Amino acid sequence: MEVALAGLIAAFFAVSLYLLLSRAVVRMLLGVVVLSNAVNLLIFTAGRLTAEIPPIIPGSQYVPIEGAANPLPQALILTAIVIGFALFAFLLVLGYRAYQELDADNTDTMRLAEPTDAPRPPLSY
Amino acid sequence: MPITIEPGEPLGPTIDFSVALIAVAPFLAAAIAPLLKRFVGPLAGWVLAIVPASIFVTLIGFFTPVADNQVIRASLDWIPTYGISFSFFIDGLSLVFGLLISGIGTFIVIYAGGYLAGHPHQGRFFAYILMFMGSMLGLVLADNVFTLFVFWELTSITSFLLIGFDHSRQAARRAAIQALVITGGGGLALLAGLIALTVMTGQNSLTGMLMSAGTAQEHSLYLVALLLVVGGAFAKSAQVPLHFWLPNAMEAPTPVSAYLHSATMVKAGVYLLARMSPVLGGTPEWFWILTLFGGATLLMGGALAVRQTDLKQMLAYTTLGSLGLLVMLIGVGTEYAILGAILYLCAHSFFKGALFMIAGVIDHGTGTRDITALGGLGKAMPITFVAALLSAFSMAGFPIALGFFAKEEMYIALTGGVWPDLLFLVVLIVGNGLMMAVGLLIAIKPFTGALTATPHKPHEGSLSLLAGPVVLGIAGIAAGVLIGLVNTYVLSPTASTITNTAVDAHVAFAFDLADPAVWASLATWALGALVFWKADAVRSGLRRTGNAIGFTFDAGFDAAMFGLIRFADAVTRLLHHGKLEMYVLVMFVVLVATLYLPMALTGTFPAMPGFPVLTFYEWGAIAIALIGLGAVVFSRVRLVAIAALGIQGFAVALIFLLFGAPDLAFTQFMVETLSVVIMALVMTRLHVDGRDHRELEVAVRDGAIAIAAAIGFAIVLLGVLETELDLSLSELFEATSTPIAHGRNIVNVILVDYRAIDTVGEIAVVMAAGVAILSVIQLRARKTPKKRAGTPKPARTSRRAAS
Repeated sequence: MEVALAGLIAAFFAVSLYLLLSRAVVRMLLGVVVLSNAVNLLIFTAGRLTAEIPPIIPGSQYVPIEGAANPLPQALILTAIVIGFALFAFLLVLGYRAYQELDADNTDTMRLAEPTDAPRPPLSY
Repeated sequence: MPITIEPGEPLGPTIDFSVALIAVAPFLAAAIAPLLKRFVGPLAGWVLAIVPASIFVTLIGFFTPVADNQVIRASLDWIPTYGISFSFFIDGLSLVFGLLISGIGTFIVIYAGGYLAGHPHQGRFFAYILMFMGSMLGLVLADNVFTLFVFWELTSITSFLLIGFDHSRQAARRAAIQALVITGGGGLALLAGLIALTVMTGQNSLTGMLMSAGTAQEHSLYLVALLLVVGGAFAKSAQVPLHFWLPNAMEAPTPVSAYLHSATMVKAGVYLLARMSPVLGGTPEWFWILTLFGGATLLMGGALAVRQTDLKQMLAYTTLGSLGLLVMLIGVGTEYAILGAILYLCAHSFFKGALFMIAGVIDHGTGTRDITALGGLGKAMPITFVAALLSAFSMAGFPIALGFFAKEEMYIALTGGVWPDLLFLVVLIVGNGLMMAVGLLIAIKPFTGALTATPHKPHEGSLSLLAGPVVLGIAGIAAGVLIGLVNTYVLSPTASTITNTAVDAHVAFAFDLADPAVWASLATWALGALVFWKADAVRSGLRRTGNAIGFTFDAGFDAAMFGLIRFADAVTRLLHHGKLEMYVLVMFVVLVATLYLPMALTGTFPAMPGFPVLTFYEWGAIAIALIGLGAVVFSRVRLVAIAALGIQGFAVALIFLLFGAPDLAFTQFMVETLSVVIMALVMTRLHVDGRDHRELEVAVRDGAIAIAAAIGFAIVLLGVLETELDLSLSELFEATSTPIAHGRNIVNVILVDYRAIDTVGEIAVVMAAGVAILSVIQLRARKTPKKRAGTPKPARTSRRAAS
């Protein structure tokens, strides 16, 4: 079943990278969200898959049931999901404000930091 | 390669930490100089001169032990792992340099107090010049070669600050940058050379290298090290073709020209060559490189000095000539040549430092430095006139000034009658004759003849301005009178250091017409007198020649610097073009390369897996995810794309749920719901459509890169899955979760117990994002009322509207 997920992860990566290569800020935002999912699934699968048994210790025992899922990648991914969301929310607002200021969501027209008519450096001391 | 040095037992060192203090004291004085200037005002120069004067007196105390061939050392650990220390030592050579630096420095500080009186940045000037003094003392006292390099570069930096002191003038800025580029670049060559020497000799201290003298010359890297070290020395000591920065450095205030660019800093290269003589010298390469470049510099400096009419420029070019002369004598390297070099070094520091200060006094008193515009100042400036005559007397090498003995020794060294010596002798006679003429011109022409009209009414300099020229002028004569003491305390120990053999100097006054050296002296005086007499004719002749040649290294420097700026601009524009999608594209292409190249190079592609067997609901979750992804990419309606984003997110949550990760699934459900809601809310306020506007070929290019990277990730993942998973951490958590942390949900226990700090960090990130979002939105809110009030739009918006 890891193989099937590897294929799915490839699809996630392909979609997210393709979206990130766009010039439209909205599509880049979509790409960020998909990329976050792609990476989470990658870590999840690299930690090996086990079917349906969560890493929770039953009330009567001190260790989890044999064949329970690997808890470590889950802990890492849980952090990653939350941080990914915070990043997405910030980027969304940033894109929104950029749109308001520049009246465009095309990165080609966002040239305030690197204007096309930047002056040449002076040839003097 | 770690290098360890034994702390030099064979030399029987005397440890004395005042040696290290000598290099540090001027820096401390520099720190308080601006403040002191504010409190004591015009007396600051006299007060600050106490520092170099004390150093001078301290160094005098080392005369006796050094004359007994003792070496005094001090050392502080710096990078003990590599055996590198801040170590200092005093032997004959460093003592002579130390005395010149502190002795002349005393008068320079006093002189600067008078010369820059009333200047708004005089305090800063004192700080710079004292920092330079400390750097220069550190340079000549350094034992460890890396300590030497640090101080070497510090002299370049302080020289930059001092040349550019009058930073409102472009000429000063240019001269400062030029000096920094050339001497600093030379410093880098020197560093490489010193590292090479360290590797070759296994020693990283000068004393260590001197002990193993003779090994470097046999080494296969010898020529490389030689060229690098000599290159660094030549850049510092302004040898042809790296000479042009020195005349330009005359943009600096006169005290700087007198101190750095004649008496001390430019001699750092000479010091290094003298110091390295036993380590690198004695080979034909050393001999020819030093004598040819030194001789060329001597002739060029002498000829160009006569060509100038500005007093400081004339002196600057004779300084070039003197530096060339010293390099040439070190290259010749015989005992007499070395004795001549040491005598000339001292004599030159006295008379050239004094003459520079006199040029400053004349400039100060009359408002001009143009020798053709000066005349008849003798009555108004009698003390200056006498001081100038004393210095010129030594510069011309008349008996029995110190300059006379210097000239005699170098001529004795070269009158052996073998052929390269005769060539060098002719070069020396011509160079010395030209420089003597310039010295006489400066000392006589402005003071005699009819009084000419000058911008100011001529007036004599103050005590602080005249102290240096008078004392140095007298010193140049007195040292000649007391040549016996000079033999014992200066010449013998210094020459012993340079030649690395015991030298017992017996320089004495003699004027025997049977001696060919005397005839060489007579020829020098005759030539000097002739050029002095016909100065105007010689000058115009040289100017015509110079104009006919046309090319100057100085213009070449401009071309190189501007070429560098244009090159940097072109590279910046090429790499930094401002097209975001191209930046991203480059990153992803590199990503593809990093995914495939290691596997391709090591041939470790994972085996082709078989077709997976999954339950129907697992297939279902995957299918939902694929549908969602497809809709995100291909949907032409914005809201559909956003909704599809939710579909793929929920599918991921479903997968988490199916493979035993309910916590992840719940979090994912919440986050995806929030994302979709927020995005939908924001997007409905934007009047953009979600369609992709890529042309077909761009879409194919982007798609190919995206798919290539995606397959790369899948292959890497399959490769990872083939390896054994290290479960030790997971097992630790599973085993200790309930007994130690008293939690049954292991994932939660990891987050709040084992990785609690990490989770605090995560919360902080979320909070920071929240604060950032709030401030970005409030930025807008605060600006809105302004717009309503009808104020003009911010410049940023209006500029865009204009374009």
